[in-house]
Amino acid sequence: MKIRMDLFLTFMKIGFFTFGGGYAMIPIIEDTCVEKKKWLSHDDMMNIAVIAESTPGPMAINCATFTGYRQAGFFGSLAATAGIILPSFLVIFIISMFLDNFLEITVIANAFKGIKLAVGILILDAAVKMVKKMKRGAFPRMIMLCSFAAMLLINIFSWSFSTISLMLIAAAVSLAASFASGAKRKEGEGT
Amino acid sequence: MIYLDLFLGFLKVGCFSFGGAYGAIPLIRDVALSYGWLDDETLAYMIAVSESTPGPIMVNLATYVGSSQAGLGGAVLATLAVVLPSFLVILLAAAVLKNLLENRYVKAVLGGLKPCVIGIILATGVYMTVHNGISGMGKPGLDLRPAAITAILAAVMWGAKPVLKRKVSPLALIAVSACLGILLYGI
Repeated sequence: MKIRMDLFLTFMKIGFFTFGGGYAMIPIIEDTCVEKKKWLSHDDMMNIAVIAESTPGPMAINCATFTGYRQAGFFGSLAATAGIILPSFLVIFIISMFLDNFLEITVIANAFKGIKLAVGILILDAAVKMVKKMKRGAFPRMIMLCSFAAMLLINIFSWSFSTISLMLIAAAVSLAASFASGAKRKEGEGT
Repeated sequence: MIYLDLFLGFLKVGCFSFGGAYGAIPLIRDVALSYGWLDDETLAYMIAVSESTPGPIMVNLATYVGSSQAGLGGAVLATLAVVLPSFLVILLAAAVLKNLLENRYVKAVLGGLKPCVIGIILATGVYMTVHNGISGMGKPGLDLRPAAITAILAAVMWGAKPVLKRKVSPLALIAVSACLGILLYGI
C-alpha cells in the first residue's frame, strides 16, 4: 500500500509541475524515477522511450504506467497513471467552467484570433521535425507522401474520410508489402 | 447518447495518437469536428490553455471536450477513454509481450502507421497555416491581418534560431501570437 501511495503522490507532483505538454515531463520523470527514487535504471528509461515511440499516447503517461507496473504490478500502474493525469484533469475541468465568460472579453478574443494562427505553425514545425527524424528509405517516404497528399485533399475538399481509415490503409499496405517480400525471400531460398 | 459518443470518440483518439503532443491534434480535430464538439477557434483556445497548464495536450483536450459536452461525468469518461489504450498497451508490453516490438508483423504495421501519421500531421500543419493565413482575403473588404500575422509568426518560429541561439518554444510563439492579435485586431 505504501509504495502505491508513494507512486501516486510522486507522479501527481510530476503531473502538477510540468507545463507545456508531455515532452517537458520527460527530464523531470528521469530525474525523479532514476536519480532520486531509483525506481528505474537508465536502461529502463531508454526502453520506455523506444516503446513509447511505437505505442499510442503521451510518453509521460507511458512512463508512469511502466514505472508503476515495475514497482507494484497492476495496481501500481493504476496508481501512477491516475497520479500523473489527476492534476491536469482538475485544472482543465475548472477552466472549462469559466471558458465562455472569458472569451467574451474583447482583448482575450483578439488574442485568440492571433493564437489560432500560431497553432498551424506549431503543428507544421512538429511535422518538419518528424520528417527530419524519419527512417530513411523509399517505402516509408512513399507512404508519408501519399498520406500527406490524401490528407491535404481531404482537408481542402472537406471529404468525410477519417484520418483513422487513412492510417489503417497505410498499416495494411505495409503489412502486405512485408508479406510479399517474405514470400519472395522464401522463393529465393527454395530455388 | 453523448456519453457513449464521448467514450468511443476519445477511445479512437487514444488508439491512434502516435507522434507526441502535436501529433495527436490532427486526430482530435478530425474526431471533434465530425461530432461538432469543437470548432477551430475553440481548438486554438484549448491548445493555448494546454500549453500554459500542466499535463499532456491530449488529456487536456479530452477533459475539456468531455466537460463542455456533458459536465463532470463527460470529462471523466473522455479522459479515461483517451488514456485507456496506451495504458493497456504499456501494461501488455511490460507484463507479457516484452518482444512485441521485435515481431515482424508488428514491425510491418508500425512501419506503415508511423510515416502515415507524419504525412497526416504535415498536411494538417500546411492546411491550417495556409487556410487560416488567407482566410481574410476571400471576404469583401480585403483583410490582410491573418496573412501578416502568419508571416511574422513563421519568421519568428524559423528565423529567430540563428539570432537567439535557441529554439522558440511553443509557449513563446503563442505569447507572441496573442500580442499580435491584440495589437492588430484591437486597433
